[in-house]
Amino acid sequence: MSHPAKPSLLPTLTFGVASIVLFYLLFHFSGHFVDWALRTTHGEKALFLIPVVVAFVFSYFHGQFTGHFWEMLGLRAAKVSVVTKKK
Amino acid sequence: MDSTLFIDINLYTATALFVVGFVGGMVSGFIGSGGAFVLTPAMMTLGVPGIVAVASNMCHKFPKSLVGAMKRHKYGQVDIKLGLIMGVFAEIGVLIGKHAMTSVKHAFGDVGTNLYVSVVFVIVLAVVGGFVLRDAFRMIKREKEGGDDMPHEVPKLARWVQSIHIPGTMMYFNALKAKVSVLFIVPLGIATGMLAATIAVGGFIGVPAMIYVLGAPALMASATELVIAFVMGMGGTMLYSMDGVVDIRLAMIILAGSLFGIQIGAIGTTYVKDSLVKFVMGLIMIIVLFSRFFYVPGYLSHLGLIDPMRESTIDTLKVFGDVTLVIALAVGGLTIIVALIKGMAAHRRSQEAQGTLGNA
Repeated sequence: MSHPAKPSLLPTLTFGVASIVLFYLLFHFSGHFVDWALRTTHGEKALFLIPVVVAFVFSYFHGQFTGHFWEMLGLRAAKVSVVTKKK
Repeated sequence: MDSTLFIDINLYTATALFVVGFVGGMVSGFIGSGGAFVLTPAMMTLGVPGIVAVASNMCHKFPKSLVGAMKRHKYGQVDIKLGLIMGVFAEIGVLIGKHAMTSVKHAFGDVGTNLYVSVVFVIVLAVVGGFVLRDAFRMIKREKEGGDDMPHEVPKLARWVQSIHIPGTMMYFNALKAKVSVLFIVPLGIATGMLAATIAVGGFIGVPAMIYVLGAPALMASATELVIAFVMGMGGTMLYSMDGVVDIRLAMIILAGSLFGIQIGAIGTTYVKDSLVKFVMGLIMIIVLFSRFFYVPGYLSHLGLIDPMRESTIDTLKVFGDVTLVIALAVGGLTIIVALIKGMAAHRRSQEAQGTLGNA
């Protein structure tokens, strides 16, 4: 049984725009990220969390975007049991 | 560390990493791991220093695995408890694996380390990959003879493991539908981490171990591996980040591609059987294994274990090795796409047939 079709244009656009904004910010401020990495090696160890937090934020927004993107193009999961599968 | 460790990123670099990330993500979403073995050498070819390549690869791996694990959890394929327990012990395995690598490096230098990695590659991938592929062919044959509704069969070794009762250590796992002693999970987690520290893909041990030693269906094992990869990846990222060697720009470009890919791989698992997950995993392992044969002569030559070879010959062989890695990833990606297209078409036909019957 397939999931019922849902219009996914709005969430795709919303998360897509958020994702683009995040990538723009990442590269616009890339000098800062390089600088923070340098400062981590020079003793400011708390800055090590920055890449981890950035990765989590990107995974949420870009992950949501890619999920909705494929769904919008009709790529949906089949709802089947794990143990005994039927094609 | 200085800022020269971080390369300038141009359109070519970004596109190349995005594409490799995409295919790697697709394979990861499907078999629980993969892509990492191509990404590190790919980044190094683009001029990224080795340590930054490894660290940035790890930094893209944990959010990718998180998204993949959440997606497959929706399909009921993830055993979070098993994944977290194995992940914690895998983290210990990573530390042991790194220590082993450092010891080999001190004793035999960089060439010795490369030879050690290659030997581990060849032995693990030949034994485990050969076994997985053979099992996949047997399953496919059985499915052809027995129809589509073949129930999951618990392997003999896993039946024995599940039958051993050690008081105070028993734990129930959804993926196994049985209790297993945590003492069996400890070495499997450690071995997974050790392999991850050595060849960057712990799943080549983790997934077969969950299938053949613990008795999980391949679909659940490959999904649960994503939880292990998340735990290992996050721990590794934190360690490398403290040394300031994570290039977050590189990691996020790879993540951009891999999150597109991992959705396809995860969705693909809902249209296929256990046998195909095993087939794709075994196939990739065997092709990756062959890539190492091209590197080994150069290492043996540098160590003086065989007659010296010309550097140009060694470089040519390395190119062949790298191309083989790309072929492994491409073959895996294509197999998944073909399986997904076929599975969706078959699913649509069966739904249309049901609709026709319902209307009749």
